[in-house]
This record gives sequence, structure tokens and C-alpha cells, in this order.
Amino acid sequence: MRYETERTRRRGHADTATDTLARGLGIFSIALGIAEIAAPRALARALGMKGQEGLIAGYGVREIATGIGILASKDPTPWIWGRVAGDGLDLATLATALEGRNPKKGNVGIAIAAVAGVTALDVYCAQTLSRETAYPLPPMQDYSDRTGYPGGIEQSHGAAQDFEVPRDFRTPEAMRPYTQPQVPQRPMPSM
Amino acid sequence: MKALVWHGTTDIRCDSVPDPQIEHPRDAIIKVTSCAICGSDLHLYDHFMPGMKSGDIMGHESMGEVVEVGAESKGKLKVGDRVVIPFTIICGECDQCKRGNFSVCERTNRNGHIAAKAFGHTTAGLFGYTHLTGGYPGGQAEYLRVPFADATHIKVPSTLSDEQLLFLSDIFPTGWQAAVQCDIEPTDTVAIWGAGPVGQMAIRSAILLGAKQVIAIDRVPERLDMAKAGGAITINFDEESVIERLNELTNGKGPEKCIDAVGMEAHAAGTVDAMYDRVKQATMMETDRPHVLREMAYVCRPAGTLSVPGVYGGLLDKIPFGAIMNKGLTIRTGQTHVNRWTDDLLRRIEEGQIDPSFVITHTVGLEEGPDMYKIFRDKQDGCIKVVLKP
Repeated sequence: MRYETERTRRRGHADTATDTLARGLGIFSIALGIAEIAAPRALARALGMKGQEGLIAGYGVREIATGIGILASKDPTPWIWGRVAGDGLDLATLATALEGRNPKKGNVGIAIAAVAGVTALDVYCAQTLSRETAYPLPPMQDYSDRTGYPGGIEQSHGAAQDFEVPRDFRTPEAMRPYTQPQVPQRPMPSM
Repeated sequence: MKALVWHGTTDIRCDSVPDPQIEHPRDAIIKVTSCAICGSDLHLYDHFMPGMKSGDIMGHESMGEVVEVGAESKGKLKVGDRVVIPFTIICGECDQCKRGNFSVCERTNRNGHIAAKAFGHTTAGLFGYTHLTGGYPGGQAEYLRVPFADATHIKVPSTLSDEQLLFLSDIFPTGWQAAVQCDIEPTDTVAIWGAGPVGQMAIRSAILLGAKQVIAIDRVPERLDMAKAGGAITINFDEESVIERLNELTNGKGPEKCIDAVGMEAHAAGTVDAMYDRVKQATMMETDRPHVLREMAYVCRPAGTLSVPGVYGGLLDKIPFGAIMNKGLTIRTGQTHVNRWTDDLLRRIEEGQIDPSFVITHTVGLEEGPDMYKIFRDKQDGCIKVVLKP
């Protein structure tokens, strides 16, 4: 089966498991970004990072931008790598909160573990996507003889013009002239 | 008997279940000789359609041999008859059936009150397609109970194979109705979104009905290959702009007739509206992803027609009704009135105008059904249409 291996899967297709994961990460990114922008004070308090509210909100903007990039692009690969870079930044920022006499070090430890978990998922997703092909695949099966017309297309084209379209399925009479062959039109007068 | 049974999202199993019995004098039991997995079954597999219960038997494209007939169906059916079973269960007697609007039969949906709550009115009972449409056991099984069997059947001759006849149950009349809804003129360009089984039948129907130009839009190479074989010009939406290409092929005027053979699970990576739908669907704020409807409304020629055989289930967001209204577009949609078309289509198969078996890419036993759902959903192995042999 062609789509079974990473090298032969078509990157950016919504119906492969890795792309589903990528979309999930995109939605997660937007949700986290909204939380960071909506409640930077609460987050700073929980992590003992008072005075860093602006930075947290800034990270929220970054998360939302990355999430939109993942969901809106045909190929989410560079955006997922962008998430990996952002994860590094998050971990470095959280590491600074472990220094000194921060009373919320326990919360920071939990946050670092959570970010590390998501980073692992991001790295796995980015690596898998990078191994998939970004180029169109030729048909695996040749269906070029599957016409469906036993006597050939020329014989079947228009063969059902004897069919009378029921009244309730017909184009309204007022619209009908528009789709009929038109007499040559005079050029539009210049305004 | 063996049957394909729904147990939850992406969980379909081949189980042993009790044989069906005659429950009403209008019933019949058929021994299924062939059945198929339909694209709309995937909406149940992925659980985008509400109303399924664990233990429901799947399937609404079946044919076989009559093995038992209830007392009130005996005038119309007898043991040994070879029949295709339409996916819509019809009484043949209500106001809608008398008008030929079989898919909105007023009497066969035994859960009509639920459908009426969701849709305003009841629609017909369907085989194997949620409790919203009656919760009737489906035909991906060794035997099938056919309610209202005196009306719900298509008798077929022994001179044609199962493969040539099976699709009279759904996809052939569905593709045909999609094209008929377009009221095709010999000068028309017909653009068809989705080259799955219904799209393939819509392409052939538009050709039979004499369209000047048929254009198929998809991104799966095998589907585009098959669409081309059927006489369509193809657009791979991963490679080129659908709107630009359609305008180019119609001298900037747009196609007169547009068919949505995709429905609620449109894939359109890289567009803003697709991203919007993904987020809203993931947060349960929207049930369907109507990218195709939006694109059709935008590109269709003014005074043209949008024909929608693709299945939608609930609430759709950001539909450009301004474009639809101001361009004077006609929208025709609905589940298929199968029996309205099947006499005519059977004649066309017999006369050799079309052989619907072209669409079959996989034929397997019932036990392999659960695996085939996944392969079909993921478009693996060049899979376009699966026939199951119980």
C-alpha cells in the first residue's frame, strides 16, 4: 500500500495520522496562546515569575501565530519545526525560574515536564513529516481503462439525451435562456 | 449470521449476530450476495453523523435473493427473486412517495419524531444509517430484513452480474440524480467536486446527459485517473487553484452547473476557511466542513445551479448566501429518490450505455470488511470502491 510508509506518504494530506497529529498540535498551540494572552498574570503568579507577564503574553502571540501557520498551510512541516524552536525557548525561560528562592519551584518543575512531553511530540511529528514526500504521487493503480462505457465514450456521450428531466428538477424557465447558446453580443458601449 | 457491526468511532467489527426475522407482513428477508461500503458510511465510521448506537449493523448498498416473504408482500415478491435493495426504505403510498420524492417518504422512518426535531420534518427510513433514520439494521451482512419490501426493492434480471447491478442501490442513481438536478444543456460545463464513487457516477451521468465539458476536482491520483477515463478534465486541488482553473476552462464565466459530491468532510489544506472549519469542528462549534459549498457558490456562473448529493448532517457556518442570492443560483439537494430513476438506469445498463462495475477496485469477504473501512477512508492501495461478498 503506497501510503503506508513515511517516505511514500504525501505530506500535507489531512488523511494521514501524522497530519492529524500536526493539526492537533496546531489547535493546541492556538488554545495555549489564548490562555497565555488572556491570563498572563495568573500564569506568572503560579510559576513565581512576577514581572514576566509581558513575556508570557508575547509567547502567547507566538503560539497563536504558529498554530495558524500549521492549520492554514498546505505543508505544516516548517511550522512544526517552529514549534520545536518555541519549545526550546519555553524550556529555557522556565529554567530561569528554577534559580534563586522561587517558592513555586514545584509548579515550574511540573510545567517543564509538560513542555518536555509536548516537545517530544513536536519533534516526532516534525521528523516524521520531514521524511514524507512533499511532491505529487503518480497513481499507484492504473485506472486509465476504467471508462465505464462498454461501447466507448463517443457512443455514450449524449446517449441519455432522450431522458426527460422531471418538471420539479428543471431549471426555472426565467433562468433557462442564460444557459442556451447565445447570439453574438454587440460590444458593451463605453461609459 | 455474520455482519459488520458499529461499536464506536473507527471501531467496526465482523460479529456473529442473530438472523433477521419477518417482523411485519410487508417484510421480506434477502440472502445478501453482494454489498458495498459507501462513502457516506465513512461519516459513521468517523462518527461525524450523530445517532449511532453500539451494535448497529452497517450498510445500505445491498443485493441478493429473496428467501422469505411476509404475507402482504407476496403479490410483489416471491422466494427466489433477485433484487437490489435501494438505500431508502419507501412505503410507496404516502404523498411524497406518490410524487416520486421517495427519500422523504413520510411513513418508513420509525424514529420520525427524532428526525422531525432535527430537520423540522421526518425523512425516509434508511438501512444502517443512524437512529435518526429509523435505526434499521444494514445490509453488510449475510441476511437483511427489508421493511416495506413490496415497495422497497428493484427486481433485476439474471443476465447481468451483481457487479453491474449492485450500484443501482445508491451510488449510480445518486450520481445520476446529481446530474439530473443540473438539468444539463448541451452547451453546459459541469464541475464536479469529489471524484469518489458518487463523483465518478456523476461524471458518467453528465456525459450520458450530453454535457459539453465535465471537470472533476480531487487530489487522489487514482481517482483523478479514473475521472479522466470517464471523460472529465481533471483539477488536482493540491497542485492548482480550483477557481483560477475553472475560470480558465470557461473563458472566465465559470461553470454553469456545479456538483458537490464531497459533503461534510471536505479536505482543503491551505485555505483560510478550511482552517476555520477545522478549529470550529474540533471545538464542537460546527458539525460540517462546507468548503466545497463555499467554493461552488463563488465560482458558479450567475444563474447557474448548485447540485448537492454530498451528505451534510447539521449546522454549517459562513455560507456565502450573498453570492448565492445576488448571482441567482439555484440549489438542488437531497438524499436520492432511488426508485424514481432505477427503471431507466437498468435499461441503460442493459443497452450498454454504461457499466457501473468500472468503479470497483476491491472485492473481499465480509470478514475483511473492518480493514477495508480503514483502507477506503485513508485512500490506501488505490481504493475507490469496495464490494463485500458475504
